[in-house]
Amino acid sequence: MTTLADKVWDRHVIERGDADLLYIDMHLLHELTSPQAFEGLRLAGRPVRRPDLAVATADHNVPTGPDPLSLLDGLAARQLRIQQENCARHGIELHPLGSPGQGVVHVIGPELGLTQPGMTIVCGDSHTATLGAFGAVAFGIGTSQVEHVLATQTLRMPRPRTMAVTLRGTPRPGTSAKDLALAVIARIGTAGGTGALIEYRGDAIAALPMEGRMTVCNMAIESGARSGMIAPDDTTFGYLEGRERSPRGRLWERALDDWRTLRTDDAADFDREAVIDAAAIGPQASWGTNPGQTTGIDGTVPDPASFADPAERAAAERALAYMDIAPGTALRDIAVSTVFLGSCTNGRLTDLRAAAEVLRGRRVAPSVRALAVPGSTRVKRQAEEEGLDEVFRAAGFEWRSSGCSMCVGMNGDVVEPGAHSASTSNRNFESRQGPGARTHLVSPESAAASAVLGHLASAADLED
Amino acid sequence: MDPVTRVTGRAVPLDRSDVDTDQIIPARWMKRVERTGYAGGLFEKWRRDPGFVLNDPAYAGASILVSGPNFGCGSSREHAPWALRDYGFRAVVAPSFADIFRGNLPNSGLVPVQAAPDVVAALLAAVTADPATEITVDVAGRLVRCAAIGEAPFALDESAHHRLVHGLDEIDLTLARSDAIAAHERTRPPWMPTGRP
Ligand code: SF4
Repeated sequence: MTTLADKVWDRHVIERGDADLLYIDMHLLHELTSPQAFEGLRLAGRPVRRPDLAVATADHNVPTGPDPLSLLDGLAARQLRIQQENCARHGIELHPLGSPGQGVVHVIGPELGLTQPGMTIVCGDSHTATLGAFGAVAFGIGTSQVEHVLATQTLRMPRPRTMAVTLRGTPRPGTSAKDLALAVIARIGTAGGTGALIEYRGDAIAALPMEGRMTVCNMAIESGARSGMIAPDDTTFGYLEGRERSPRGRLWERALDDWRTLRTDDAADFDREAVIDAAAIGPQASWGTNPGQTTGIDGTVPDPASFADPAERAAAERALAYMDIAPGTALRDIAVSTVFLGSCTNGRLTDLRAAAEVLRGRRVAPSVRALAVPGSTRVKRQAEEEGLDEVFRAAGFEWRSSGCSMCVGMNGDVVEPGAHSASTSNRNFESRQGPGARTHLVSPESAAASAVLGHLASAADLED
Repeated sequence: MDPVTRVTGRAVPLDRSDVDTDQIIPARWMKRVERTGYAGGLFEKWRRDPGFVLNDPAYAGASILVSGPNFGCGSSREHAPWALRDYGFRAVVAPSFADIFRGNLPNSGLVPVQAAPDVVAALLAAVTADPATEITVDVAGRLVRCAAIGEAPFALDESAHHRLVHGLDEIDLTLARSDAIAAHERTRPPWMPTGRP
């Protein structure tokens, strides 16, 4: 009796050991964490074993204003040039800045159909966990491991422990996948998944479209897990069918036969389990400086004294000092001056649609700077075909081009020092969105509502 | 890589939980394409506070960092171990580490020392009370020693231990298994996607 994670893992084990030698089916690359790996290969005189199993793009350091190429700073331009040289030298597919396939690496992989059930997928980026939504084993790796995969198409990894997070019931209307993801982290903690590969299951997960499943798996890393995973089903197959790199014809039928076997056996045991009542989850917002410091938007900021664990108490004290919020403050009383809609968590077309729906016929508060940043150039084009860009512009949002943008604060898009932001990204760490930035993690719908009202809010707050 | 069998030195107490990689090295440092030169970025924002422990001259020259649970959470950036190493650290002691960070440390020749919470608490207290306190991390024996605690075991997985102690290059080890890799490679299902250079 085997779990989904173990089934996929076992298929890729070349040699068992304390750390298994694991074959890697797809290696995604971005500009930040790969140059030193290519340099290492060059110094050792090693070739890339399977350049055809790697795909690269530029996302972290790219500006998202009009004509991004002209806005690049010197260091970023050099990094992109080196990426182009490395990919050209080794024959690796690259979607550079300015090309129609460019985008946040975890967004373009699924778009192209590069992320399929039963695969092992790695990338020098922790949010590779996103791709586990397809029933793949997908995880982030360091630069030495990027070099190892380039040279050998394998990794040496200890087998992760298994963990099930089951979301039972039907979430309340107005609750998005992001709210589920945040509520899970608040419940199990930022180290609740350490050492494990989490399989998300239950009717609330099965009901999510692929985009929502990606949002949930994206944040697995925020609970300390190696990755997240969801068993593939008709929703998965429907998403993949007809994608550029998806199999066709007879191969598609063969793939489907195989993919349908990828589920946890009924009698399989997990090392750890958490069962969460999804019906009790409403819109969430983070109040502190790690994603576990989150509560319902109807709630108040907790008093650090209320935490029994001394480390948690000290962390809450530090967080509230950094955020400059008093214990007991209602979340809705926290004013925000910046709103960021985008990132690999919530930068897909459905996220933009959900936010646009809230914004239609409304205006961003005068005190707020709001950015809508598509997760990929393809998402941007699709959104424009639907007229979403007009909705955002009419509401007072900046409609920008694709990249990591304000999620990471290193490409020119930053939150002002000391300012509070409502952000659909995944990390509220100190200064993540720019030096001194105070981030509140929310869903796309809540980000839109917060932009209109100028304080943390959910979409329901706009309906009177 | 050079073998690392033991680290002996003074230690810096950083008594915080969930120290994330954005604090260890802010993202803007990641526009660099080199593997070295990150010392200036280590805890860059916290170091602007004159009261921050790394600014205390009593701890200058320390080679061990002692911190709280879930150390290194967040991004997979190996720039974080590079920054610690460039600054002069050779080992990090904590009750627990984030998975990716723990895996990254030995690849830069640093030792993740995962010790019991009471051991870490005692070490934090000892180095806070007396910055001259010496700690020894016996990598080969997986033991941490200090006058305040005597000797305590720490967890280090077998493959990281093997590589640190013997200074092995993991890629060389794996390339020696090329035949097994090629045999497995031939079983990759034909429907799986490929890149198109
Ligand atoms: S959008 Fe943010 S979290 Fe996602 S890959 Fe980019 S920087 Fe990382």
